[in-house]
Amino acid sequence: MNKHSPMISFTVGGASRSVTADPARRLSEVLRDDLNLKSVKIGCDAGDCGACTVLVDGEQQCACLTMAGQVAGRQVETLETAGGNEIPRLQQSFLAHGAAQCGICTPGMLMAGAELLRRSANPSVAEVEDALGGVLCRCTGYAKIIDAVVNAHSVKELEAPPEAGASVGARLPRLDGGPKVDGTESFGADHRPAGSLLVRAIRSPHFHASFKIGDLEAWTPKGVSGVITAADIKGENSFGVIPPLADQPALAENAARFLGEAVALIVGEPEVVEALDLTAFPITWMPLPHEITQAAAGAPGAPQLHDHRPDNTLIRGRVASGDTDAALGAAAHTVTGSVETSYVEHAYIEPEAGAAWMDGDVLVIQACTQAPVMDRDDTAKVLGLSHDCVRIIPAAAGGGFGAKLDLSVQPLLGLAVLKTGQPCHMVWSRTESMLASTKRHPGSLTATIGADVDGRITAMKVHGEFNTGAYSSWGPTVATRVPVHASGPYLTPNYLATSRAVHSNGPTSGAFRGFGVPQAAIAQETLYDELAKACGKDRLEFRRLNALNDGDTTPCGQVLQGVGIAECLDTLRPDWERALREATLHNTADKVKRRGVGVASCWYGCGNTALPNPSTIRLGLTTDGALRIHQGATDIGQGANTVITQIAADALGLPVDQFELIGPDTFLTPDCGKTSASRQTYITGKAAELSGKALRAAILRMTNAGDDARLALTGGKIVVEDGGISEIDLSALPQDDLGYALSAEETYDPPTTTLDENGQGTPYAVYGYGAQIAELEVDMKLGTTKVIRITAAHDLGKVINPLLAEGQIEGGIAQGLGLALMEEFLPGRTNNLHDYLIPTIGDMPAIKSILIEKPDPEGPMGAKGLGEHVLIPTAPAILNAIRHATGAKVTKVPALPHRVLAAIKAIR
Amino acid sequence: MANRYFRPDNLNDALAALAEGDLVRAAGCTDLLAATERKSLPGDVLDLTGITALRGISQTDNQMRIGGGTTWTDIIRADLPAAFDGLKLAAREVGSVQIQNRGTIAGNLCNASPAADGVPPLLTLDAVVELSSLRGVRQLPLAEFITGPRQIALEPDEVLTAVLVPVAATGGSSHFLKLGARKYLVISIAMTAARIVVEDGVVSEAALAVGSCGPVATRLPEAETVLIGAPLDPTRITDAIVKGALSPIDDVRADAEYRQTSAAELVRRTLAHFVESAEVAA
Repeated sequence: MNKHSPMISFTVGGASRSVTADPARRLSEVLRDDLNLKSVKIGCDAGDCGACTVLVDGEQQCACLTMAGQVAGRQVETLETAGGNEIPRLQQSFLAHGAAQCGICTPGMLMAGAELLRRSANPSVAEVEDALGGVLCRCTGYAKIIDAVVNAHSVKELEAPPEAGASVGARLPRLDGGPKVDGTESFGADHRPAGSLLVRAIRSPHFHASFKIGDLEAWTPKGVSGVITAADIKGENSFGVIPPLADQPALAENAARFLGEAVALIVGEPEVVEALDLTAFPITWMPLPHEITQAAAGAPGAPQLHDHRPDNTLIRGRVASGDTDAALGAAAHTVTGSVETSYVEHAYIEPEAGAAWMDGDVLVIQACTQAPVMDRDDTAKVLGLSHDCVRIIPAAAGGGFGAKLDLSVQPLLGLAVLKTGQPCHMVWSRTESMLASTKRHPGSLTATIGADVDGRITAMKVHGEFNTGAYSSWGPTVATRVPVHASGPYLTPNYLATSRAVHSNGPTSGAFRGFGVPQAAIAQETLYDELAKACGKDRLEFRRLNALNDGDTTPCGQVLQGVGIAECLDTLRPDWERALREATLHNTADKVKRRGVGVASCWYGCGNTALPNPSTIRLGLTTDGALRIHQGATDIGQGANTVITQIAADALGLPVDQFELIGPDTFLTPDCGKTSASRQTYITGKAAELSGKALRAAILRMTNAGDDARLALTGGKIVVEDGGISEIDLSALPQDDLGYALSAEETYDPPTTTLDENGQGTPYAVYGYGAQIAELEVDMKLGTTKVIRITAAHDLGKVINPLLAEGQIEGGIAQGLGLALMEEFLPGRTNNLHDYLIPTIGDMPAIKSILIEKPDPEGPMGAKGLGEHVLIPTAPAILNAIRHATGAKVTKVPALPHRVLAAIKAIR
Repeated sequence: MANRYFRPDNLNDALAALAEGDLVRAAGCTDLLAATERKSLPGDVLDLTGITALRGISQTDNQMRIGGGTTWTDIIRADLPAAFDGLKLAAREVGSVQIQNRGTIAGNLCNASPAADGVPPLLTLDAVVELSSLRGVRQLPLAEFITGPRQIALEPDEVLTAVLVPVAATGGSSHFLKLGARKYLVISIAMTAARIVVEDGVVSEAALAVGSCGPVATRLPEAETVLIGAPLDPTRITDAIVKGALSPIDDVRADAEYRQTSAAELVRRTLAHFVESAEVAA
């Protein structure tokens, strides 16, 4: 039998194409590599995410589950090649509705949408959900995607961009949206230098094991250029986002501390390395005792992860004020409770990927990231290079949510390029990504809260044990943030909050939207419902009574201004009353599916906790009249490229569409820090405001114009209108040190202080606030929960872009819903997107976003951060609604059906 | 790279190739390619999707014949008697539309996942599989074909060429319910299928099946018996009757105890659907 025919012919978007390829190869690979159709994204290679959705003879299929030989003679359509008018309409509609955030799922969504529109031009929401149900999105919460497809038939031309001075507050479609909807956005896996070698990692199959690498010379197959182990590392084989606690090796030495830890790299010809059976790699594993929970790893006698950290304790956190024990003793009412949360996987649709090459003496790494300068510093340290010999160009990030703050492929690519002298690329599989990336910290929290006879909070005591996994990562940040925030946005005069980050052989826990605060909010907000009941108060009124106000002092001793929680709760009152009425009415008729309503709040400090975290923005006008913004904040979908530019535009007084975006790129953009801690709109936005004002001031000085002058940039000239008209001819100006005719560069660092041993000080300069109501139905016999509606009120201080703000809220709610109801990462058991579940398009409730503007005295134009706030109230509001519906208290999340049913049975 | 790849356009060539040596029998690949991290399907591949005769649904005097290469989308779109409503509902629950457009009925059965959506409704249809090889054609009741989790009575030289449903089992109406932790793309915690024939106000035939609650999906003979001869009354299905027929495990999706109680509740709801439909019709 010799039927192997390497030539496969099929039609792509109407044109006949022939490729020489293995017919058993995934179509997704052939489309991307052989036909350069890079809109076909690879998120899982298992049909779980739908990012590779293409049309085959007009039907949507996962290209990753199709063998190339199976499309012989058939018609394949990708985003770049699809016929008909459906794709252009959908693209326009996705932009107008803000339906693309990071953009990695967008091609798949558009293809599934196109298939639907061809058979139903004006589809219902239900039809859209059924048609798009096979494509996962982790950013948007799907609401705007549904709107975009439902309204694609009537999409209008995009509105003209706002005029000078009118950018802030405009419902402006994202400025970087074009490449996200046309499939040209270059994510980590999309750029491959010519002649690039493939890098693969050998990973530990054990939670904890020492190892011995065998005879590499004897093993190394032809086509493999190098095998790299820790012995090849010239710098310090220890990285970490908090340098004094750095402890993670790029490649493990002697022993691996978690399942999936990389111990060696194989670099070589892509087809050779890809085909290798890595289980044949010469390595002997000697398993060691391990524990993967905080309870077991934190107990005496547990296997120790790091010699210098006794009892597996990475760090402890503490905030104390007043006399908590005395106040609890004197309280009229006290409640006590414990909650358990699980490992949560970020599950961005883009697994970690990137490429690297040498440019002269400079190692260039283009990979997905949230923190280019931190990547540069830590990679340089591991490789033994100076900072100016490493250039980080962030690829478009297909989602991040915190896990792309840590190094992933960067040092591994660097090692491979230095070893081989060749360009290299590395693309993690979904399994690798889930094994090796960081997770949300599992937490065990116990709290006691007391109130006086009037229902005012008098004291709170809380302790949280957090599983920080094998290495430090952001464990210290969680240990610090939790005690600072665990009171919630409520006046708590006596307070003792402690935390401990416990090392285990579980995956490393790192940053995940909220840094432990979502876990703490579950403990506090569920107890608030019990305390409201004990005090005989309505649950919303109880929260309103205790809400922080301007001039109140936090448990850290900080006096707050611009506090918007009361406004958030007040604005929710009509919805609260309606929802309670509707639930009561429903429950008189239906005893099986019971409605419940819950509410919860959040506050969240923006920026690093009690540490400097400056951002610098550069604006420049070239001699030929171009206006550039050097924007080093990575836009991982949240919208920094748009929001920062909007702020700069109004501060300068020129229209937003005249700005040309430069960066991020560590060789081209000043440091804007990391995209985390809800800091970019506030901190980088403030730097943009200062920079815009500085450039404006320079222009006004040159023309002797007043503050109210109107600027225009036209024909290489700045026209200043201030009664009369003056002009600056940019071409006549000499270039300054930065290469511009005129430029400004300003830095902003939040005015914070360090915290003392009791956590007293000013941890953040700006906080954001919010509250959400969850309405849901619980099936009393099956324990299933269907969230019907979330009403979310968030105080943003000043809304820079309502379209993007809503997108953050909807996306945060989706992740909060996942945390509450379905997401549980079990190390070694759920390393894929069919055993680890995130919400699909059919799992989202109706969402009503209410944007509150209580200006912050410090934020740019009054603005506060939003990105993490939005998911904090969702899970506790859902748990409170489940209890309202059923009477049952679920103390472990996710509230999977069997846990809910067990809780219901427990109270019967 | 696959060592060999063979995509014949007729069954005889496929069976001849199988007779010569071990081949990976591939169709929709929604399980095969999902089960490997490799970029190509490993092994020597026999791609059955070129054989158009394996795809489609036809009726003869005594049976409905669903070709092994029939996709779930084909089944959803087919004009079939009400007894197949449960199978159609199950088809809509197989993965996503992308999966339904590729995945085949033979693949679903040969993959033999305890959570295969197609199996419970096919059990209520007394489905028989047709297994072909150069040695001949044999038939096996579905319940005897799937012998355990990921275990089937398929010889290395055989192809599952069709699923046969005897006309005698196509009476009445049917329904299917799936319980999972999310709406789309979900592996079920439990699922139930039922086919009921009501004559003169009493149940004359009852076929009930449960999936995801044991190593293989199973019929519920005791529960079926209690329904026969009386007006359809879902409350006759007690937790105990259902529990006795199941042997679930704890896994990442749910614990065993929950599966047992929820399966019983799902069976009752599946039956309640017929009562409600009848009320609406009346």
